[in-house]
Amino acid sequence: MQRPDMSVAVAGIKMRNPVMTASGTFGYGAEFADYLDLESIGAMISKGLSLKPKAGNPTPRIVETPGGMLNAIGLQNVGIDAFIEQKLPYLKNVNTPVIVNLYGNTLEEYGEVAARLDGLSGVAGIEVNISCPNVKQGGIVFGTDPGAAQEVVRLVKKNTSKPMIVKLSPNVTDVVLMAKACADAGADALSLINTLTGMAIDLERRRPVLANVTGGLSGPAIKPVALRMVWQVARAVKLPLIGIGGIMNGRDALEFMLAGATAVQVGTASFLDPSAAQRIAGEMEQYLVDHKIDSVSSLIGALEV
Amino acid sequence: MQFKSMVVSNVELSPNYFRMRMTAPQELLASAPGQFLMLKVTDAIDPLLRRPFGLFDVGTFTAEYAGCGAQTYCEILYKVVGKGTKLLAALHHGDVVDLLAPLGRGFDLGPAGEEKVLVGGGVGLAPLYYLAKALVERGEKVRLFAGGRNRDDILCITEFERLGVETYVATDDGTLGESGFVTQVLERHLNKGMRIFACGPTPMLDAVAKMSARHEVPCQVSMEAYMACGVGACLGCVMKGANHTEATPDYRCVCKDGPVFDSFDLQWS
Ligand SMILES: Cc1cc2nc3c(=O)[nH]c(=O)nc-3n(C[C@H](O)[C@H](O)[C@H](O)COP(=O)(O)OP(=O)(O)OC[C@H]3O[C@@H](n4cnc5c(N)ncnc54)[C@H](O)[C@@H]3O)c2cc1C
Ligand SMILES: Cc1cc2nc3c(=O)[nH]c(=O)nc-3n(C[C@H](O)[C@H](O)[C@H](O)COP(=O)(O)O)c2cc1C
Ligand code: FES
Repeated sequence: MQRPDMSVAVAGIKMRNPVMTASGTFGYGAEFADYLDLESIGAMISKGLSLKPKAGNPTPRIVETPGGMLNAIGLQNVGIDAFIEQKLPYLKNVNTPVIVNLYGNTLEEYGEVAARLDGLSGVAGIEVNISCPNVKQGGIVFGTDPGAAQEVVRLVKKNTSKPMIVKLSPNVTDVVLMAKACADAGADALSLINTLTGMAIDLERRRPVLANVTGGLSGPAIKPVALRMVWQVARAVKLPLIGIGGIMNGRDALEFMLAGATAVQVGTASFLDPSAAQRIAGEMEQYLVDHKIDSVSSLIGALEV
Repeated sequence: MQFKSMVVSNVELSPNYFRMRMTAPQELLASAPGQFLMLKVTDAIDPLLRRPFGLFDVGTFTAEYAGCGAQTYCEILYKVVGKGTKLLAALHHGDVVDLLAPLGRGFDLGPAGEEKVLVGGGVGLAPLYYLAKALVERGEKVRLFAGGRNRDDILCITEFERLGVETYVATDDGTLGESGFVTQVLERHLNKGMRIFACGPTPMLDAVAKMSARHEVPCQVSMEAYMACGVGACLGCVMKGANHTEATPDYRCVCKDGPVFDSFDLQWS
């Protein structure tokens, strides 16, 4: 049998396979070059970038929980200009689409960051983060109020000609409502989910473990929630979806595709296994071979209920 | 590098302290003292994250099986404190673990000729042994100041002595060596022309850093922080740099910029 066709396209971004690396878990790419072949994965998503460099939160910023971890990094990043100058030239030489994850502290900032990226070669698309639970202004406000989300999405859309993915928060009562709002405002694709707000307590000190008190939960512990949300949104919205949340192996990834995702992102798994994204793509391909399936895209939304 | 490694031995040295030897690729011989590894304790998802440990020793040995050539090994010295280290303590010869190593920036050995002073508390001795070996190999005069709560916390002193290192020991309860903090013993011996290398609990490092500043003795410290990735990607392990203020934050990544820092580069209490 021929090798199965692993390629997919999300909002016009063509990828050799559906496995992308999730924002904030893969640095700016180069950090992982010793551990996997960057040209073996579908796409890379950068750490969330803002207009100015951002220092992030006080420490401790991470803590492990059963089957997951909480983080309150606070979107520490080098800022858009330093990214363009220092990080992008390296990424341009890698034959894999680079998608820039961005956020703003204000509505205007979202627009400004998007504008700076427009027309830049080497940036295949943008992913707008309206869902970070770890910053006071911005982030979460835009991700939980459909009206505010629409404003951001409309403004960014006006300022970019690149494919625009909007990344949704799970910290809402009705994710479908948010997904529809973003779709109506012009999103080209949706990625879901970002981390779930959580907390850990140190019983000896009777204090929260994280300096920020709360943090974002990621890892295998959140996979069932993420799957459910992808499935719900897939039935309500026509846009391509990117499934994220606790994907550790090829089977996890394929479950997201059955639920309706066109592609997936691997986050926390890269911390345990820096070659995770490459391994997962390989495991997906092996599943197709074992089940005599010619093309991975035939599985998108193929869940029987 | 990411590699699978076989446990060669895993021995309890004193209550709750273990020394574990694992096979390693030859490239690890080029690692620097002070660098660390990240170990995946189990394939299961709990504990989820890798655990960081300093390189205690790296070298070659010849296995007892017939026909085996020299094999590179690495060792860690660890204390059982929680879930991951408990599982680690249960590993046996022949078990296989997944490692990332060598990671981070190690010690700068400094110019030859100065006296090298190593200061370690508890398992803080781990990276100092590898360092002592490297320094002794260069023909340097090395002294070790080892501290702990009680005699069980003072590990591998004979190994250091076998290298020819002059050792000083202090315990809080006086069950071994002098009674009191190791930093008090250190202060009596500190002179210009020395260079300090320290690893241990943060309050100890804080005291050593301040003392080194007072005596104008260069000092490097090996720090600990909670880590997720170990390669500079998650930004979970940062610590305040010397110039850090609320208005102008200055965070250093322990896994990538460290774990060894010049003490002047960090902010102390
Ligand atoms: C660079 C570096 C080198 C280290 N070298 C050694 C060594 O040589 N020997 C040794 O015994 N210990 C060393 N430690 C500390 C060691 O990593 C922790 O004791 C160990 O991770 C505890 O795991 P646990 O599952 O038993 O504890 P748990 O309390 O169950 O751990 C929960 C979480 O906290 C983290 N954690 C707990 N304590 C520490 C700590 N002190 N530092 C960093 N993370 C921690 C764990 O990695 C885990 O993510 C080092 C730490 C760092 C950062
Ligand atoms: C340490 C860390 C940092 C993150 N930083 C970002 C970020 O900057 N922007 C963003 O949109 N998501 C960020 N995320 C969320 C991830 O991209 C992903 O949505 C989430 O971790 C769930 O996937 P996982 O379970 O596979 O990790 C971060 C997650 C982690 C663990
Ligand atoms: S542990 Fe991830 S950046 Fe240091």
